[in-house]
Amino acid sequence: MINAILIPVVILGVMGLIFGAGLAVAAKKFEVKQDERIPLVRAELPGANCGGCGYPGCDAMAEAIVKGEAPANGCPVGGAKVAEAVGKILGEEVSEEEPKVASVLCSGDCDHAPRRAEYYGLKDCNEAVIANGGPKDCRFGCIGLGSCVNACMFDALSMGEKGLPVVNIENCTACGKCAATCPKSIIDLIPKSQVIHVNCQSKEKGKIVRSSCSVGCIGCKACTKVCPEEAITVTDNLAKIDYEKCVQCGACVEKCPTGAIVKEIR
Amino acid sequence: MKILLILVSGIFVNNFILSKFLGICPFLGVSKKLDTAVGMGVAVTFVMTLASAITYIVQYAILNPLNLEYLQTIAFILVIAALVQFVEMVIKKTSPTLYMALGVYLPLITTNCAVLGVTILNIQNEYNFIETIINGAAGALGFTLAIVLFAGVRERLELSDIPKPLQGFSIALISASLMAISFLGFSGMI
Repeated sequence: MINAILIPVVILGVMGLIFGAGLAVAAKKFEVKQDERIPLVRAELPGANCGGCGYPGCDAMAEAIVKGEAPANGCPVGGAKVAEAVGKILGEEVSEEEPKVASVLCSGDCDHAPRRAEYYGLKDCNEAVIANGGPKDCRFGCIGLGSCVNACMFDALSMGEKGLPVVNIENCTACGKCAATCPKSIIDLIPKSQVIHVNCQSKEKGKIVRSSCSVGCIGCKACTKVCPEEAITVTDNLAKIDYEKCVQCGACVEKCPTGAIVKEIR
Repeated sequence: MKILLILVSGIFVNNFILSKFLGICPFLGVSKKLDTAVGMGVAVTFVMTLASAITYIVQYAILNPLNLEYLQTIAFILVIAALVQFVEMVIKKTSPTLYMALGVYLPLITTNCAVLGVTILNIQNEYNFIETIINGAAGALGFTLAIVLFAGVRERLELSDIPKPLQGFSIALISASLMAISFLGFSGMI
């Protein structure tokens, strides 16, 4: 009678012991050695796991910072505040960088850029672009299905009334998720103080741009002549502003015949 | 020949998720993204195959000689729990990202009824050692196949226009049932 109880108990107990011992050995073998500063750095990071730093999540970033592979101010979301706190843990001075902000470099909304087809597929720009580059006449223009809005983890992007995404500068952390997901590479991270943008990405010749969008850059070079700082260059029929040189005077905005260069109102 | 039969049966005909309805919890929980679904599939494959082998030994070397067959469930759970702990350690070491992505579903493989199901079915069907391992692997591959296919379906569902009452889990369950119906097409093959 007592055996009927004792044997199962002993057998199960011994089995448990064997497995436990095995696990203990395995735990030693697979132990993850951690620098004690990693959890401290990790606690300072925002914890959004957005991947804006180029590492898969805040844990990987914290490890890279402690190992010295990533700079202490490498977190674009946390900005100067986090960089300072991280620098304190590591005991090093952190230089300050100007915060950046995402900007939608296309003005081709439904009033200005006609469509050549209707698109009924999945509501995702990266899907739509497979169908012959998307429904717009302009090959470089915003498709407007809001993949960037879905990619944003900080509620900084919303779809505007006219079919172009709008950036909420207050919320934008410059993680770069939207820029990475946009199939047309329309979104770019630019310094926060920069309010003059060339809102066009079209590298087509002026004639084709004119036929497909009324606010596109036609590469006329009028802006390069009017700029006092020579900050604007035109390559591949597209004007580009050198943000280091630009003084935000707005002369190019007035001169631009199509209105492709705009001064952002904040 | 019998081994081939067990493989086809485990992966397609008697698919654990879609025809036996075992292991639905991770099937719905970890199928939102394709890469985590693949990770889950690999983890379950490892656990299921190894659990099949070890439970076979436990059954025929310990339980049967001592007439302790009634301890089968608890002994098998013990084996599976230890294995899952082991897998957790390996994944934590090799891929912290996957570890984070799997989250609570990783320790939950312990209570994944598909794993316990396959080990008990191995004994019930009186498979020998090789067949046991093959059956475990086949069941796990079937699980992986189903969860990966379903993750693909769900990734596309995310982007589609779905009527409001059906959004989220409802449409996921409906698609899962449609997948199960399509897998019924394999029945009668063996």
